[in-house]
Amino acid sequence: MSLGELSTILVWGATTAYAVALVAFATDLARLADHAAASARQRGAELASTAGGSTAVLERTDAAVAPERRRAVGIAMSTATLGLLLHVVGTVLRGLAAGRVPWANMYEFTLVGTLVAVATFLALCRWRDLRFLGTIVLGLSVLALGLALAAFYVPADAVEPALQSYWLVIHVSIATIATGLFTVSFALSSLQLLKDSWEQASPRLHHPRWQVLGSLPSTRDLEAISFRINAVGFVLWTFTVMAGAIWAEHAWGRYWGWDPKEVWSFVVWVVYAAYLHARTTRGWSGRRAAWFVLVGYATVLFNFTGVNLLLNGKHSYDGIPEG
Amino acid sequence: MAGREAGPASSATYRPEGLVDDPYGGPTTAEQPTLPRLGARGTLRWVWRQLTSMRVALMLLMLLAVVAVPGSVLPQRPQDPAGVARYIAESPTLGTWLDRLGFFDVYASAWFSAVYLLLFVSLVGCILPRLRVHVRALRARPPRTPRRLDRFPVHDELVTTATPAEVAAAVRRTLVGPVRALPRFRTHAGTEPSGALTVAAERGYLRESGNILFHLALVGILVSVATGQLLHHRGQVILVEGRTFANTVTDYDTFEAGTAFDASSLTPFTLTLDEFTAEFTADADAKPRDFAADVTVAEPGREPRDATIKVNHPLSVDGSKIYLQGNGYAPDVVVRDAAGEIAFAGAVPFLPEDPQYRSRGVIKVPDVSTGEQIGIVGYLLPTALVTADGARSVYPQPDNPLLVLTVWSGDLGLDEGVPQNVYELDTARMTQAVEDDGTATTFFVEAGQTVELPDGLGSLTWDGLPRFVALDLRHDPALTWILVFAVAALVGLAISLFTPRRRLWVRVGVAPAGAHGAPGDDAPGDGDTARARTVVAGAALARGDDMGLDGELARVMDAIRALDGRRDDEPG
Repeated sequence: MSLGELSTILVWGATTAYAVALVAFATDLARLADHAAASARQRGAELASTAGGSTAVLERTDAAVAPERRRAVGIAMSTATLGLLLHVVGTVLRGLAAGRVPWANMYEFTLVGTLVAVATFLALCRWRDLRFLGTIVLGLSVLALGLALAAFYVPADAVEPALQSYWLVIHVSIATIATGLFTVSFALSSLQLLKDSWEQASPRLHHPRWQVLGSLPSTRDLEAISFRINAVGFVLWTFTVMAGAIWAEHAWGRYWGWDPKEVWSFVVWVVYAAYLHARTTRGWSGRRAAWFVLVGYATVLFNFTGVNLLLNGKHSYDGIPEG
Repeated sequence: MAGREAGPASSATYRPEGLVDDPYGGPTTAEQPTLPRLGARGTLRWVWRQLTSMRVALMLLMLLAVVAVPGSVLPQRPQDPAGVARYIAESPTLGTWLDRLGFFDVYASAWFSAVYLLLFVSLVGCILPRLRVHVRALRARPPRTPRRLDRFPVHDELVTTATPAEVAAAVRRTLVGPVRALPRFRTHAGTEPSGALTVAAERGYLRESGNILFHLALVGILVSVATGQLLHHRGQVILVEGRTFANTVTDYDTFEAGTAFDASSLTPFTLTLDEFTAEFTADADAKPRDFAADVTVAEPGREPRDATIKVNHPLSVDGSKIYLQGNGYAPDVVVRDAAGEIAFAGAVPFLPEDPQYRSRGVIKVPDVSTGEQIGIVGYLLPTALVTADGARSVYPQPDNPLLVLTVWSGDLGLDEGVPQNVYELDTARMTQAVEDDGTATTFFVEAGQTVELPDGLGSLTWDGLPRFVALDLRHDPALTWILVFAVAALVGLAISLFTPRRRLWVRVGVAPAGAHGAPGDDAPGDGDTARARTVVAGAALARGDDMGLDGELARVMDAIRALDGRRDDEPG
């Protein structure tokens, strides 16, 4: 078996481990939701008995106590860590098989992008209890890896002259890391919006299962963590665009030519710049700023998939033979 | 572009400029004063205020993201003129309207320019006042120590036996850090009417400096790019192996320059293509692996030098860069006319059309000694595979080269002085040589062969198959400046996002001698009542979410506690 084939098997293994972890994370969330709903019912009953017949209303409170033992989340964290190990080895082997850095086509971008997302998530969990993010981050990663293995896969190989440059190491790795970071902050901002809606008693989040949102950090904390990650992501993205311009100047003889990839990298940059400004504008911070993160992540995803597959440009490095 | 809430902060309600501490805090009460009539100047001022407001900057940013998108979906004239022509031909009505509205050259269109120019005006209008405020803040002393320090979320108190003056000195020493010339905190010591000493300190001025640097650097990038547009020049040339070209405007196939370009500024160096080598993978996909053009450059007054131009490795000559942009084959042919005279001899570049280098080319033979002018059109197949379905190339290297040609005769239309595309044959006044059944006569030529042209037009000899390269020479004197401003923008951005901005205050008072129950665990034993106790209160405040704030105050308080320890060590 060649190194490339071994790498693919390991990536399948990592994807499977992530899928198991995803189920475990979801189970844990469901448990938390049940527990939160049960304690709310209990409080509601107490309230009803003391208030004498008034309608019991689900209390929206942050104090929904987590169940004492969360076995599912333990399984989830260890499976995700195992998956990350397989993922790292699989990625390194891929690079060895191709004789270059393992990020030169869409399959490999996805491989490294999800690697960064999962690694960032697991690293953040050491700093704060953000395990509730697991469902979103691993859900996205399993989807992306499955898509990569099924649709983007190309055998490991050397690259064409246009990619033979040390800028491949710098420009693409930083872009991929930034994408991984944007994935995590997207998860955080989504939860921030959900929790905010829930706290404002949105009728769509009326079901007791949404009580689980009560056990998450406050919207303020979610916003703050999301911002910190986005700030790093934005600086890295700025660097990506600049490094890309320098490389384009070397390879194509112009630093900026409004190639579809350049256009969309610019759009991503402008949307996240708007997010940073919205955050400090009265009336735009909080909910509205969080929407920018969602829009920004949508542009990141389109820049990665849509531009490579749908639009014709100089960045068509998906490596997928045209049908 | 960043927050406009800048202004001198009062000590008690300190809010760093532009900060919304709590995005989930209650809405601020909007003031709705009754407005007097504005008048022309007032209206202008109002427009300026709006334009430079954060809200409008935000709208413009969102608009910029939106207006940039069509250029990635529709073909753009500067990059893909053929695509634009095809689009207009396929949907004439829509295409014509899109063309009128500038959708085929979005990034030079009036509306796209309007958005980014307004954005930059807004940026300048916002950042210059902030620069003024910041320069003033840089010279100002840190804000006064608030009356009540225990109101701050991060605060601490202690009691020490050190004298207030010692404490104040230790606080300043700790805050300033080891390098006096580069203090971590700016500090200001004061004495209150009650006799208490205070130290007010602030750090993180770099945050705003970085922010301003970032925004000004963006302006710098814009100005540099515009200057580069004025001064740049760019020429493209197709060069066959063994040939030389000179760096003059007329020697380029295409040449374009900014309005401020001076043609006499070109250095007349010459460049000869000695050899071009290409490598491909051996499989049927034939993926390119390496392209290298070995050239000789002769600059005036200098020894000629050898150099290699590769993709990603342009050649620098006299402040310009020469890029390898393409390559192909240029069959070297001799065409004799009906009289047997040599009517044409030379290498004719055929442009590759697929990964296997099936290449199309035109040989125009206007200078015949007798009969009509000749036009030969056809394909070069580097590794030909001829089957019943036709001929095609199966590999890009010249393993079995074959020319597949058809011939036209008549008037090439070259004598009218209208510039013609050398890769296209104008067949308006020409007739094609055909077989009896009316199909075009196609003939194959192998390398080294001579074949008779149909209809007795003459003959064609294929002598050799040199390669050609497409070179692109660019000169943009603004490149260095663009890089400098880009790096400045990146540095400014990182500084402004990651520098913590903190304020810290310490008040040092003297508790009445003999007083009991002073707060703090570090109070000396009761037997020490004869010595006056020094009561220290400290508080710290940060901009936004700042994980290191508690540690910052703790460091200062620990330094004060250390004074106690030192005193205990002293021999009584």
